[in-house]
Amino acid sequence: MKKQPKPVTNPYLAGTILGVVLFAAFALTHSGLGASGAISRIQVSLTKLIWQSHVDKVGTFALMGAGDTNPLDHASVFLLLGTFAGGMISALFNRRLRFEILKGPRISKTQRLFFALIGGVIMGYGARFARGCTSGQALSGGAVLSLGSWAFMFCVFIGGYATAYFVRRLWAD
Amino acid sequence: MLPLDISSELGKAGGYLVFFLIGSGFGVALELAGFGDSRRLAAQFYFKDMTVLKTMFTGIIVACILIFLSSAVGFLDFTQLAVNQTFLWPGIIGGLIMGVGFIVGGYCPGTSVVATASLKLDGLLFLTGAVLGAGLFGESLPKFEGFWYSSFTERFLVSDWLGWSIGATVFAVILFALIMFYGAEKVEEYFRIRGTGKAMSWKITRRSYLFGAGTLVVLAGLVWIIGQPDPVRKWKYMESRYAVQLTTKAVFIHPLEYVKTNNEATIKLITLDLRPGKDFEAFHLSGSQNVTLDDLLKTSVVAPLAQLPPQGVVVLIAENDSVSIKAWKYLKVQGVVNLYILENGLQNWKSLFADKTVAGKTFNLASPPSEVLKLFPKDSFIQKIKIGSKKRAGGLCS
Repeated sequence: MKKQPKPVTNPYLAGTILGVVLFAAFALTHSGLGASGAISRIQVSLTKLIWQSHVDKVGTFALMGAGDTNPLDHASVFLLLGTFAGGMISALFNRRLRFEILKGPRISKTQRLFFALIGGVIMGYGARFARGCTSGQALSGGAVLSLGSWAFMFCVFIGGYATAYFVRRLWAD
Repeated sequence: MLPLDISSELGKAGGYLVFFLIGSGFGVALELAGFGDSRRLAAQFYFKDMTVLKTMFTGIIVACILIFLSSAVGFLDFTQLAVNQTFLWPGIIGGLIMGVGFIVGGYCPGTSVVATASLKLDGLLFLTGAVLGAGLFGESLPKFEGFWYSSFTERFLVSDWLGWSIGATVFAVILFALIMFYGAEKVEEYFRIRGTGKAMSWKITRRSYLFGAGTLVVLAGLVWIIGQPDPVRKWKYMESRYAVQLTTKAVFIHPLEYVKTNNEATIKLITLDLRPGKDFEAFHLSGSQNVTLDDLLKTSVVAPLAQLPPQGVVVLIAENDSVSIKAWKYLKVQGVVNLYILENGLQNWKSLFADKTVAGKTFNLASPPSEVLKLFPKDSFIQKIKIGSKKRAGGLCS
């Protein structure tokens, strides 16, 4: 029989580790953490493979990958690779590294994957709109008391709570 | 003094390695909190599991205290940290959109990376969606570009908005977070017991929680009591780094270099004249602003100087060295990058150009044209202004 995954760490302890990592990021690199920038860069590099002229034409893509610029040659991409590696190592040690689809019990796997994709599209769009995601804006900006980041953070929660009722079937027991 | 300039110390590859290691720490922290599981993240929005709020705010306040405490005691120069630029309304709209994506998809960008790394297929689909969404945004941006660049403030802190000191703001933020944690515990208890009846056990006593909260309050109190350093105190912390630029005269520029710089189209030159108002009115260089030493302690005056683009240069003019050096120190510790002093102020300015003519005509002494430079031997001054092509480290969201 497969061993059960270990229980998750106390949220305040995990948060303290997160805070120390965030401080280390500021102290060693001037900037905090982030994920959405690197995700954009992956998108630009994929677009570049098939349609270079389009990357040169669209303003925000050109900033990352116009001409010979390699969009992946950027610190944020290495931060993202590290996030991936760290997540995998921690999952391995805590017996949470296993192929599965995590979903509410009332929907099918196909439905879950569909909504994960849709949610991802909305999130990816919103993160560019807000110039950063939960980590880059809320965490990093929050820690240095940036007013815009605090406003942004509350809006993410408001957006989530306002929608939660309408999609409750996705997550209900 | 922190922050380190890691890529100049370790080179590009070394810098990337550091980013990779920091990212690994980030990934571990997210995974430990259970953020690789969409159900846990979504439960936040049904009040059944407040882990997202607790972990996120703990991370924010711990980092916040570490940053401002190290800044207060002189370990870290806060002006060098990248603070997210504020685009208020686009941030608010983007945040609301992300909230919707969060509850529909069950992840945010960072957590979906961790979910994918721990082999959750829904995490991979979410991440794929996020890549598509980022592309869609780029395609659609031209339709509302004006809005996306609106309501902009470069570096605007919660403390600026409240009109409080940073220390008081940090203290208030900690109290706010602790009250929220208490509320989160109560809410969670109520909704979980009503739902499944299961209570979470962390094998941590009430006393340890109180001890943790107490530590945070004490540290935040220290941040408030010590206060963020004013320019005089900050200079003491930073003297070892910058004093050499004054003693070797590396930042004192010759009037001819001023003329040269002033005539260069690519450089944005800002000239601050610290002489008394009556001297300024009698004669001053075109485009220069008359300021006092006290002005250089005001955020409204200093912020635009500290946020100049990389090719921005600030030159100080004063009636004597003691004033100009004091002003230089004030501005340097507040994060003004390309900062220079006009050697001997304007004392020799008029005599230097007295009998000079360009194409047989006299010229305006307040803004000599670049042709004047040809009237002097090439070695009449040593070029001191250096403009780093390197852009100051921005956030990672771009």
